[in-house]
Amino acid sequence: MPINYYIFLSVALFCIGVTGVLTRRNAIIIFMCIELMLNAVNLLLVAFSKMHHQAVGAAVPTAGIDGQIFVFFIMVVAAAEVSVGLAIIVMLYRNTHSVDVNFLNRLKH
Amino acid sequence: MIPVLLIVIPLLSGLVSFMLKSSTGAKNWALFSSIITLIVSLIGLNLQKTSAYLQFDASWLPGLGSSFAVGLDGMSKILSFLTALSFPVIFVATYRDEYKNANNFYALMLLSQTGLMGVFLANDALLFYFFWELALIPVYFLCSIWGGEKRIQATFKFFIYTFVGSLLMLVGLIYIYLKTPEHSFSLKAFYGMNQRLSGHDQSWLFWLFFIAFAIKMPIFPFHTWQPDTYEQSPTAVTMVLSGIMVKMGLFGLLRWLGPVVATGTWVWGDTASALCIIGMIYASLIAMQQDDLKRLIAYSSIAHIGLMCLAIFATTQTGLQGVMIQMFNHGINIIGLWIVVDLIERQFHTRKISELGGLAQKAPSLAIMLVVVALANVALPLTNAFVGEFLMFSGVYSSDATKYNVVFTVVAGISIILSAIYTLNMIQKVFFGNTNALTANAKDIKLNEKIILAVIIVAILLIGVFPKPMLEMTKESVDVILAKMNIKL
Amino acid sequence: MLRSAFSVPRLAILMSNIVQLVWLVPVLPLIGFLINGLFRKSLSKSLTGIIGSGVILISFIISLLIFFQVKQEGFQPALVRLFDFITVGKLSIPFEFQVDQLSSLFLLIITGVGFLIHVYSTSYMHEEERQHFARYFAYLNLFVFSMLLLVLGSNYVILFIGWEGVGLCSYLLIGFWFKNIEYGNAAKKAFIMNRIGDLGFLIAIFWMISKFGSVGFAEVFSKTSTTSVAVLTGITLLLFVGATGKSAQIPLYTWLPDAMAGPTPVSALIHAATMVTAGIYMIARSNIMYTLAPVTQTVVAVTGVATAIFAATIALKQNDIKKVLAYSTVSQLGYMFLGLGVGAYTGAVFHVMTHAFFKALLFLGAGSVIHAMGGEQDIRKMGGLKKYLPVTQITFLLGCIAIAGIPPFSGFFSKDEILAGAYEKNPVYYVLGVAGALLTAYYMFRLYATTFLGKFRGTHDQEHHLHESPSAITIPLIVLAILSVIGGFVGIPEVFAKNAHALEHFLSPIFAQSKEIQEQHATGSSPELTLMVISVIVALAGAIYGWTRFSKKPELEDATGFRKVLANKWYVDELYDTIIVKPINALGKFLNNVFEKSIIDWIVNGIGRAVQYSSRQVRLIQSGQVGGYVLLMVIGIVILFLVEIFIKQ
Repeated sequence: MPINYYIFLSVALFCIGVTGVLTRRNAIIIFMCIELMLNAVNLLLVAFSKMHHQAVGAAVPTAGIDGQIFVFFIMVVAAAEVSVGLAIIVMLYRNTHSVDVNFLNRLKH
Repeated sequence: MIPVLLIVIPLLSGLVSFMLKSSTGAKNWALFSSIITLIVSLIGLNLQKTSAYLQFDASWLPGLGSSFAVGLDGMSKILSFLTALSFPVIFVATYRDEYKNANNFYALMLLSQTGLMGVFLANDALLFYFFWELALIPVYFLCSIWGGEKRIQATFKFFIYTFVGSLLMLVGLIYIYLKTPEHSFSLKAFYGMNQRLSGHDQSWLFWLFFIAFAIKMPIFPFHTWQPDTYEQSPTAVTMVLSGIMVKMGLFGLLRWLGPVVATGTWVWGDTASALCIIGMIYASLIAMQQDDLKRLIAYSSIAHIGLMCLAIFATTQTGLQGVMIQMFNHGINIIGLWIVVDLIERQFHTRKISELGGLAQKAPSLAIMLVVVALANVALPLTNAFVGEFLMFSGVYSSDATKYNVVFTVVAGISIILSAIYTLNMIQKVFFGNTNALTANAKDIKLNEKIILAVIIVAILLIGVFPKPMLEMTKESVDVILAKMNIKL
Repeated sequence: MLRSAFSVPRLAILMSNIVQLVWLVPVLPLIGFLINGLFRKSLSKSLTGIIGSGVILISFIISLLIFFQVKQEGFQPALVRLFDFITVGKLSIPFEFQVDQLSSLFLLIITGVGFLIHVYSTSYMHEEERQHFARYFAYLNLFVFSMLLLVLGSNYVILFIGWEGVGLCSYLLIGFWFKNIEYGNAAKKAFIMNRIGDLGFLIAIFWMISKFGSVGFAEVFSKTSTTSVAVLTGITLLLFVGATGKSAQIPLYTWLPDAMAGPTPVSALIHAATMVTAGIYMIARSNIMYTLAPVTQTVVAVTGVATAIFAATIALKQNDIKKVLAYSTVSQLGYMFLGLGVGAYTGAVFHVMTHAFFKALLFLGAGSVIHAMGGEQDIRKMGGLKKYLPVTQITFLLGCIAIAGIPPFSGFFSKDEILAGAYEKNPVYYVLGVAGALLTAYYMFRLYATTFLGKFRGTHDQEHHLHESPSAITIPLIVLAILSVIGGFVGIPEVFAKNAHALEHFLSPIFAQSKEIQEQHATGSSPELTLMVISVIVALAGAIYGWTRFSKKPELEDATGFRKVLANKWYVDELYDTIIVKPINALGKFLNNVFEKSIIDWIVNGIGRAVQYSSRQVRLIQSGQVGGYVLLMVIGIVILFLVEIFIKQ
């Protein structure tokens, strides 16, 4: 499959994620949108990794492998982030009885 | 070795002073250390210029092309000697002033001495900048902690002003550094840059540096920090500021701007000279209106510094020799004036000219000493300032660097008349006439004050009558600077 | 051993080389200054007086010895180098003295008259407290030192050092009684007006340095013949500006009458006999440059004659005994400048000398009168002092005759020489000069008659205290009176006796070059004898009219109408105040109160305010809404993309 398809798909996913982050007020949905963006990037990394591997051929077995390794890192970071983020959301809910991010304007002060 | 000692002695003794407990101890310690520095400086003065003891170069930041290079040439000798001489004089003259946390006060004073020494001795641009800032910071604290009522405002203004200037200079230094072929901050590398930098680059580089130095000197219209700061600072700090620190600007102009950005200096020389002259007349006219002794002297200093700056832009041998000797003279004379002001303020708790009067009847010694110092301030012949001003005016008049040399001389010359007016007014109102309620019971000065003022007066007359050694000392530096400044693209 | 050091041959060698010891002449007064100044509290008054006068006496004796050596035939000007003062590159200014005919003559005048006035002062100032008495002598010694420096210097810078030095001493001595604010103001005015002139002098020096590369008299004068007239005119005009300040010529003369605030001996020494003639000395010294610059000569002559007449008109209506003398000094200085302007250099120097004698005499006489009157200076309150002060009266009268120019008194010879020179140049100068002489004779005899003749008009108490002054005062008067009478005989005009003008012969080496040039343009002889007769008749007429008019009926009421304008000195002080002093002060006030605070500081603080204002505005973006931050971030990323894609290519 040509690489273009992957690119378009991941751009679409990324844009959906960005729009979600910007427009939604529910913290959990924002989180999900962030995950969506991360996964769009992951998809792109894997796609390019595959493409590089094919381009070099079997001569270099490890070609393009670093892209896939990167994906693992991102997944780990994303997991850690989710755990911290969810903890924050829980704390937020306990304090404000809401998960609406518009209440989170304490940074102003 | 000598230059390192000149930097290290005040640095270490300053750090030690932070730890001292008693205020008298700190006072004596500072005095002791400054006398040691003076002795070292005197030894340095008497060494031949080829002596290995006068140069020092150690690896500092090799990756950046910067080294800890310090050295004493004629110009550095004269200015480091001024620094070394001024501090003991200041410490003795203000010996009776009591400061809270005196150990910190004296520690900061000594640190500012370190910075000043470093500025005058550095042969490396980055090192120069480092010391330039090091000299500023202790003074900031000294003013803002021990100053007068409006000290915070005044010091803030002073700090922002000088800091803006420093940053502009830093940009210029880094730009030149990046253009040096071997990426070096050394003076030697910088001195080759006039031929490498384009005329366009030199134009804006000139202003980056000049504004930094002009703020320090200060030159009209960058001067408004000065009267406020002088007024608000403790007198000892005012002495450092006006006697030595303003020379940093002139020194910078002579060592780091004129020879390095020679073409830019030449192109913009007329504009800068015009600023100097406007400042001279402007400051003199304002000085005539002042009622506060400190402000009067502050404005008079602006006028005198303006002349020195003007003479630098004239780029003549006579003019530059005049500047060299006058940098020293101005330092001594203005410190002398401050001492008198301090004595008056301590006794009457006022600096208002209108509130004083008739002091000559009650304090004849003080009056005589003030008159001598004030006459040096108006450059009367056989005082030190005459030699300097004569050479500077003569240099400006015979300058080839500008078409307007005659106009410059005549207009700047008017300040000679104006300086006589405000100085004599001050003498008359403070010392002559009848005493009033405040001055009726005035006392004359004490022996130690007499001695310190006598030292200043002897220096004034000695240099005024026999300036030859000092002129010879700086001849070589002048020739070097002149040779670099006269290369134009 | 000691004896052998002073044995006859050694002394003879010393004598023949006395010129080499010329440095002692100024150094001795300097020592006197230091001793009197430093030990002013411990020295007794008599010791102070002895030291103060003694050093001047020794200087006078040395000057006399030098004079006799200079007087010998074939004397070459001697340079005595003390040390290098300023050496920068090619410019070398040594601290060097030049002994020649002109300087040795001035040495004699300064130390001679100076000594007499020192002696006079020991008595005149005796009522001062001890330390002020010593301070007075210290200043006086310092003055003599500076004045000697002025005339001895071998270059313009040393001359200038003395020039400013005498200005300083004049300042200190005018303000000697410093408790009085008025006196202080007069002192300040003198110093500042002198400084205005000094600026011109300084610029002339700078011009010489840049043109000739030297300020030494010999070097400068040797290069004048190859210099363009325009440059010489410029330099000489600037030098003349300096001279107008020091020698009180229009427009810078107003300080001199005010300078009478100082003690009277000071007025005699500084403001009549010596310092104010510094300008004449300087121009006489630079005569060759002036001769080569005819435009300047005209300016000098016109200024001189204008000042002579102008000051004389003011003197007509003054009632302060010292003010009359002060304006007459200004007027006489005008004559000297007229002499310089028309090229009669010898005449001008001759008049300096005779003027030093009779004006010092008149001032000291006035001092004696004031002393007797207990400080009163208004002549309307005097009168009839003849019988109380016989010596003073006689000497004063001799002085008046001398200044009026009546033969054979000294003033006649010198003034006549100037007038003869003026006629040769342009008869208009002569007519105006004679008119001035008429006024001079008139007001001097008005002064004499009002003071010494008629009835005493002071209080009874004053009359009771009237007495002749002690011998320390009268002896100098007598000496000066003798000199005023016979002093003119060193310059007997050619018409009376061939080659009898000893002074001209003596000074001829100094003015030789100028004379050579002048003779090329000589227009022929003048009817000298006729002119002399005219001026004598005019002077006599003025003197007799002044005498007869005021001896019986002195002018006591306040002046009205035009006389009031004269009495108020043509309102020149007020004019200067309005057009110079007030505007400068107003400008200063404006700069201080408005420009500095409202404009420069406003800009500086405005920058600070602008920073604060914009930070307040920018802060609004920081709403605290996380969404807002993210939106900004996304916009930023998009912009970066756009830049990367579209613009970077």
